[in-house]
Amino acid sequence: MSLKSKLVSSYLAFDDHLDDNSPIHDIRKKAIDTFEEKGFPTKKEEDWKYTSLNAIINKDYSISSKGDKEIKYEKVREYFLHDIDSYKVVFIDGVFSSFLSETSHDGLDVCLLSSVLSKEKYKAIIEAYYNKIASKDSITSLNTAFAKEGAYINIPNNKEVDKPIEIINFSTGNETALMMQPRNLIIVGENAHVQIIERHQSLSDNAVFTNSVTEIFAEKRAYLDFYKIQNDKENASLIDNTFIHQEQNTNCNVHTFSLGGKITRNNLNFSQNGEHCDSTLKGVTILKDKQHVDHNTLVNHISPNCESHQDYKGLYADSSTGVFNGRVIVEKEAQKINAFQQNNNILIDDNATVNAKPQLEIFADDVKCSHGCTIGQFDEDALFYLRSRGIGLKEAQALLMYAFANTVLETVKIPELKRRINNLIAEKIGVNIGFDI
Amino acid sequence: MLQIKNLHAGVENKEILKGVNLEVKAGEIHAIMGPNGSGKSTLSAVISGNENFEVSQGSVTFLNEDISELDPEERAHKGVFLSFQYPIEIPGVSVTNFIKTAINETRKAKDLGDMPASEMLKLIKSKADLLEIDRKFLSRSLNEGFSGGEKKRNEIFQMAMLDPKLAILDETDSGLDIDALKIVANGVNKLKSKDNAVIIITHYQRLLDYIVPDFVHVLIDGKIVKSGTKELAYELEEKGYDWIKEELV
Repeated sequence: MSLKSKLVSSYLAFDDHLDDNSPIHDIRKKAIDTFEEKGFPTKKEEDWKYTSLNAIINKDYSISSKGDKEIKYEKVREYFLHDIDSYKVVFIDGVFSSFLSETSHDGLDVCLLSSVLSKEKYKAIIEAYYNKIASKDSITSLNTAFAKEGAYINIPNNKEVDKPIEIINFSTGNETALMMQPRNLIIVGENAHVQIIERHQSLSDNAVFTNSVTEIFAEKRAYLDFYKIQNDKENASLIDNTFIHQEQNTNCNVHTFSLGGKITRNNLNFSQNGEHCDSTLKGVTILKDKQHVDHNTLVNHISPNCESHQDYKGLYADSSTGVFNGRVIVEKEAQKINAFQQNNNILIDDNATVNAKPQLEIFADDVKCSHGCTIGQFDEDALFYLRSRGIGLKEAQALLMYAFANTVLETVKIPELKRRINNLIAEKIGVNIGFDI
Repeated sequence: MLQIKNLHAGVENKEILKGVNLEVKAGEIHAIMGPNGSGKSTLSAVISGNENFEVSQGSVTFLNEDISELDPEERAHKGVFLSFQYPIEIPGVSVTNFIKTAINETRKAKDLGDMPASEMLKLIKSKADLLEIDRKFLSRSLNEGFSGGEKKRNEIFQMAMLDPKLAILDETDSGLDIDALKIVANGVNKLKSKDNAVIIITHYQRLLDYIVPDFVHVLIDGKIVKSGTKELAYELEEKGYDWIKEELV
């Protein structure tokens, strides 16, 4: 049985088990219908031209786990930013782990979507926000149909959150192949300020397929820093669908570090619904072997006097492949827009491939939009310069990679996170050049 | 210290150096002058191991060892230094971190551990003072947004830190105003000892007023066609290169 048939036929049993209010039920029913009609996207669709899901969806996945697995903290400690200085919402095989988490209802909500979906007191929130900005395409609909758990974060107006919030999804390998569909809902209140780190981490070599959806609402003057750490095992694949709705005077930044995993697809969507919005989308991708990462970004400029900045850097070794599909829409009313898009790639080996496709759709006449895209090799002159100072070839290449990725790294605002990412990158490149940048 | 014998080198079937002979002894300063395109920068690149150039004939011996087959970093570890005409910008890597890496990589090649941080700081401070380099400058990204003068001063700072046996200064005077030129020249003079040697590659005699060479060589069309003392540099400044070309005919 194909994965699609399996999902569609398990839906009824799944839905029967859930006891939630009827609006959610209707949303879910519509979503499974959409998925049943459209199925998994194929390379025939323009948006999926360079990414095939065949290698993922041909496996027989368990679509829910028994969820009785606990993990010792020491075993996963390295995946957390801090022992104590962060809020944590942790899931093991899709099931909430109270042991590893540190949630809060004290002055802000950092808790579980499942309780929000089922409790009466959150009904207004669900009606106002849930599934409002998530796209209605097949892959997002699939998540909507099966979504029952994830992080719920609600930052009240004027609250500056004192420490970062980590959302971590572990998979244990308890099942031979596991499919997970986490769903996060994040509301950043007016003038509130928050930093969030999201990570999907497999702890075994068994196959994992995660189809994640995150809806983020930034109310007026809100400030959001969102960091995605994608450094998963070679048999773990991820489709990340993130939707950000910005009200006026908001500043939302997403940094995506794609350093591992089998197939990773990032659908990152911003919409600016008020003047003076600022959106930043940055990424560093470092791949090897046959890894594949596809960055599919969309910035929808609906309102005038806004800015967007995209900066994606990619380093591809062995037979790895990368895609950058950056779409910017400037609506007719959205005058005085400054939209900037940059995508630079270095192919370290001859077999590595990058497909880059910038798409600017501009319907306003007084805007400043620019895009630049490069695909190249290491600069020989720069390598010679470094080597002539006694720095070996490999270390010289590493220095140039750091320099290349620096425009993305320099805007990471959590020092400990920056240090971790620097170490991760050094590890990927396979050098210890013995200094921090 | 350095012996170059009948050196032929070039790029993709185009021979640029056509039989260069040169001997540099410890304690000496040599100037190599010549018109544009005569092969001056190629000579410095070949000595320091730039793989873009292919050596087809002849040998480069440094401290009694043939170094023609060595990687650029191996030559650097042995004490060869090239001050670049166009230093490369490395965003995100500070001058300090870069030089620390260079020194510790060189120490690693000699099976020495990293230089202790306190010693490194002391060394950086003394060499920065020598070249009148501001502390803020050291935390800036390497060469990024540097003026021409800052780049050249930074090259000499690196030379001071790495303490090479043979320093090749490729067009170090180009792009320098007179004050920067004096600071750079003063730095080179202070670093000069009886145990090291300097090769200055230049178009003009100007720098040689401040770093006085023991020998001046004229490179034309890939060959050293005339050698002399510092007076030769003045003669070239005054009369240009044509008279030498005529002499050759």
